[in-house]
Amino acid sequence: MKLLTHNMLTSKCMKGVTVGYPLGIVAKDIKVSETEFNSEFVSRIIPKLDWNALWKAADSIGHSGDLPQQLMEDYENNEEFLKKVHHVLLEVEIINGELVCPESGRKFPISQGIPNMLLNEDEL
Amino acid sequence: MSRPEHRAPPELFYNEEEAGKYTSNSRMIDIQVQMSERAVELLALPQDEPCLLLDLGCGSGLSGSVLEDQGHTWIGMDISQAMLNVALEREVEGDLLLSDLGQGVPFRAGTFDGAISVSALQWLCNADKKSHNPIKRLYKFFSMLFASLTRTARAVLQFYPENSEQAELITAQAMKAGFFGGMVVDYPNSTRAKKFFLVLMTGTCIQLPQALGEESERTSVIYTHRREQLKKMRGKPLKKSRDWILEKKERRRKQGKETKPDSKYTGRKRSGRF
Repeated sequence: MKLLTHNMLTSKCMKGVTVGYPLGIVAKDIKVSETEFNSEFVSRIIPKLDWNALWKAADSIGHSGDLPQQLMEDYENNEEFLKKVHHVLLEVEIINGELVCPESGRKFPISQGIPNMLLNEDEL
Repeated sequence: MSRPEHRAPPELFYNEEEAGKYTSNSRMIDIQVQMSERAVELLALPQDEPCLLLDLGCGSGLSGSVLEDQGHTWIGMDISQAMLNVALEREVEGDLLLSDLGQGVPFRAGTFDGAISVSALQWLCNADKKSHNPIKRLYKFFSMLFASLTRTARAVLQFYPENSEQAELITAQAMKAGFFGGMVVDYPNSTRAKKFFLVLMTGTCIQLPQALGEESERTSVIYTHRREQLKKMRGKPLKKSRDWILEKKERRRKQGKETKPDSKYTGRKRSGRF
């Protein structure tokens, strides 16, 4: 699971959960790979991100790199910065671990890079 | 042959054997890819802009690969671990989630620029567990999907409705969730080629896109007149008149079959020698 997906994922399907975001990460195995950099995609996705949640998530797994804690102004033309964001969003993958709901504490296991978001009958 | 969704719930039906067909059966692969391409076409995404898309019921990642080929980033959801394993083997670029669409679409508001679904929605119409209420599941699915899309995004869902009541039920839940739009039926006159696409929009309703294999209103009116005349004749019409030939060719075009274009030679009078 990439950090881009983590930034968008919530546990709000669960009964009794209002926001369910951001999910805590417990990472056992992380994989860093190289993917094609698309500056247009990155600069278009930045406004959609919860920057704080992204930084915290990256930091909690030790891959925040040089990512600034505050989003800077005028990032569209800053290629260096966009590349750093690209790396954190799309090149760091959590292969094994867990996601933790901040409201209920429920754990969603991640295996082979796929989080299991299936809920039990009593959680709906 | 009974419908797949009457035989078993999707997480059991799509076991390793069935999932294997999505890599080995070229006909299945072809059809899935074709439908995915058509779904993306109906999404009407801005040209040459890489988007973040959701693939509902992504399965083995065939539809996701179509999205990748067009330069988009995608996240997929599926209930079958076996199918997702095939996607992992194929090393798809999209992130995968093991989840049940009927339990909802768990993303933040305004995440996706579009959503597609190929051959998945019909699975939501059956109660696979005692606790399932298909209508509630459909509504939860559509309302959370609506929230996860941007205000200019569309959702295009190709599926196989069992009957018109099922299609209406699905459309009704989508409308209740706040979507605008409706069904686009490609090749409506062919049982084989007929495909149903539920095209949903979050903003105001623009006109629904043109379905494939549809002819203009005016032509059909002219032929109806001739068809009624032929029907009145007992048995087969004796003369294979030019009008009958043109009508037959039009039928074949609607069925999506290869037909030579009409010309001044179509159904021309031959001399006695032929």
